Amino acid sequence: MSAPPPALPLRPPAHQVSPRAVVWWRLRALLIVLAVVAPQAVAALLLSGTAPGWLMATAALTAVAGLAYVIVVPPLLFRIHRWEVTAEAVYTLSGWLVREWRIAPISRVQTVDTEHGPLQQLLKLASVTVTTASARGPVTIRGLDEGAAAELARQLTETTQATPGDAT
Amino acid sequence: MTAEPDGAPWRRLDTRMIAVTPLSGALRLLPVAVLLLVTRQGDVVGRLWVPLGIALALVIAGVVRWRTTQYRITADRVELHTGWLRRQRRSVPRDRIRTVDLTSRLVHRVFGLSVVQVGAASGSSGDGAGLALDAVSKTEADRLRRELLDRSAAITPERPARAPVDELARLRWSWLRFAPLTFSAIAGSGAVFAAAFNLFDDLGVDPRDVPGVDDAAHCLTAAPIWLGVLVVSGVLVVVAVIGSLLLFAERWYAYRLTREATAEGGALRVRRGLLTRRSLSVSERRLRGAEVVEPILLRAGRGAQTRALATGLSRDAQGGALQPPAPRAEAHRVAAVALREHPGLATRAPLRRHPRAALRRRLTRALLPAAALVSIAFAVGVAVPMPWLGPASLVLLPAAMALAIDRYRNLGHQLTARHLVMRQGSVQRRTVALQRAGVIGWTFRQSVFQRRAGLVEVEAVTAAGAGGYPVLDVAAADGVAFADATTPDLLAPFRARSAR
Repeated sequence: MSAPPPALPLRPPAHQVSPRAVVWWRLRALLIVLAVVAPQAVAALLLSGTAPGWLMATAALTAVAGLAYVIVVPPLLFRIHRWEVTAEAVYTLSGWLVREWRIAPISRVQTVDTEHGPLQQLLKLASVTVTTASARGPVTIRGLDEGAAAELARQLTETTQATPGDAT
Repeated sequence: MTAEPDGAPWRRLDTRMIAVTPLSGALRLLPVAVLLLVTRQGDVVGRLWVPLGIALALVIAGVVRWRTTQYRITADRVELHTGWLRRQRRSVPRDRIRTVDLTSRLVHRVFGLSVVQVGAASGSSGDGAGLALDAVSKTEADRLRRELLDRSAAITPERPARAPVDELARLRWSWLRFAPLTFSAIAGSGAVFAAAFNLFDDLGVDPRDVPGVDDAAHCLTAAPIWLGVLVVSGVLVVVAVIGSLLLFAERWYAYRLTREATAEGGALRVRRGLLTRRSLSVSERRLRGAEVVEPILLRAGRGAQTRALATGLSRDAQGGALQPPAPRAEAHRVAAVALREHPGLATRAPLRRHPRAALRRRLTRALLPAAALVSIAFAVGVAVPMPWLGPASLVLLPAAMALAIDRYRNLGHQLTARHLVMRQGSVQRRTVALQRAGVIGWTFRQSVFQRRAGLVEVEAVTAAGAGGYPVLDVAAADGVAFADATTPDLLAPFRARSAR
């Protein structure tokens, strides 16, 4: 392939998610790292002396890899994740190793859901999911500011209710 | 019954259901009854009174079910009330009805009844995805079918008995040759074996007690191993072929594909079945496309099967089948006829090949797992002394290579006047013709590796069938251009300036 690598000729969506989403992604990753590392560490401590040597090694390795992810990846995610809602369409970009651009026409939107997980509530964040008639079509914008999410959901609901038909 | 002021009268299921419900229940209990009688388990009380009690319960359940089930079709809804202690009310808006499916199992057929299955698009309003009327008389079922698919149809029985019908395809018995080449051949042989085994088991007979079987087993164990393998696999193949032929005949006997004129522009109807008669009707307004599926064996035999892509069709293996496995040309013809399109503009459209980078990706994705398996085989072969395991596993490499090349050769996409045509797959090759108007969104996916190779996966999102149909590994710029050309208004605002 000749450089520079040809990226997808789509412009990125206009808006970034809330900067607090970085904290959210960090916390989530940290919880997972803890859940994986803690049992290994506990086992290594309880069996101290008789514990096989590799147990400490794997525990240390997963801890280092996990912490590296926690430090490096969330800011990357923040830079990649973008969204945009126009009069005609909802447009999102997400993913890290596999990037995903999703476009759903407003005229085909059936439901608009807002979701606050426990961590998201703590950080005053929310996710908005827009569902179309297709089983493969839901478009989710994660890590929005709570107020912005509510406003977006209200606006989307209004627009979709104004559209006649059953959106298939 | 007279019409109520607020709409159509409530109707009941056919009176014959009072007999059919207990009878089908009893048939399902028949193996148990036979077992009880044959094995002479229990005393007289158990052998006589328990079955009588069960029979009485079945009859009462049948009467209650008939008494408590009511349905009606109003101007804009189909409503069904069922249940006695736990009442259920289902209601489906008529403008959401996508398909009407009539099924008559054997008992139903003896009594001249049909189950009406109404398939609806599941919506946001909390309505269920459909309902079933089990069962009404055949004439009532046919009337309901036409009434539900054709909203303009009057609810009176004085309509013309036959709508104009166009026959698009019918069964040719020469297609039986494709039956052993489908996956159901394996399922069929499994079913035959399971049935035979169950029969032996239910009768309490050990197969080894049957005279001849034991001798045969002795001969097999005495013979050289290759002969044993040969004989057993030969028997398996014969059973699979017979099972698949029977299954094909049961499924596709009296197959006919017709088009009926309705006020909304027509409906496709598939009728088939030997013991269980089925009729599937799809309103053409709900048709979003068609696909021609070629599982590898069927492809080797130059056969293919056509399915309809419509909203509201069930997603199981039989859902939407427009035709039995048939010669490839015939399958493409039926797909085109169903879509009212020339085959060259539907599934037979000349496709655009994908870039060489797609071939490299197919190769790495097939060869890396194969190489991993080979190295594991070598390691295991050394650990457990089985020196032939490693070298034998080398055969995986050319197989994976052939698979990758075939997968690449099958990749293709094209945009025709009214359809997007996409093809992919090797073990199961699918050619999809999706209506451009049926595309309700796009998903572009690009991994780090695809990004480096300048490729992208473009998925057309639709309400029908699998929900999304991907074009694998197309050049990034071409993929976006393809999607943009399909739905010009949707994508244009998001295209990069320089690319336009």
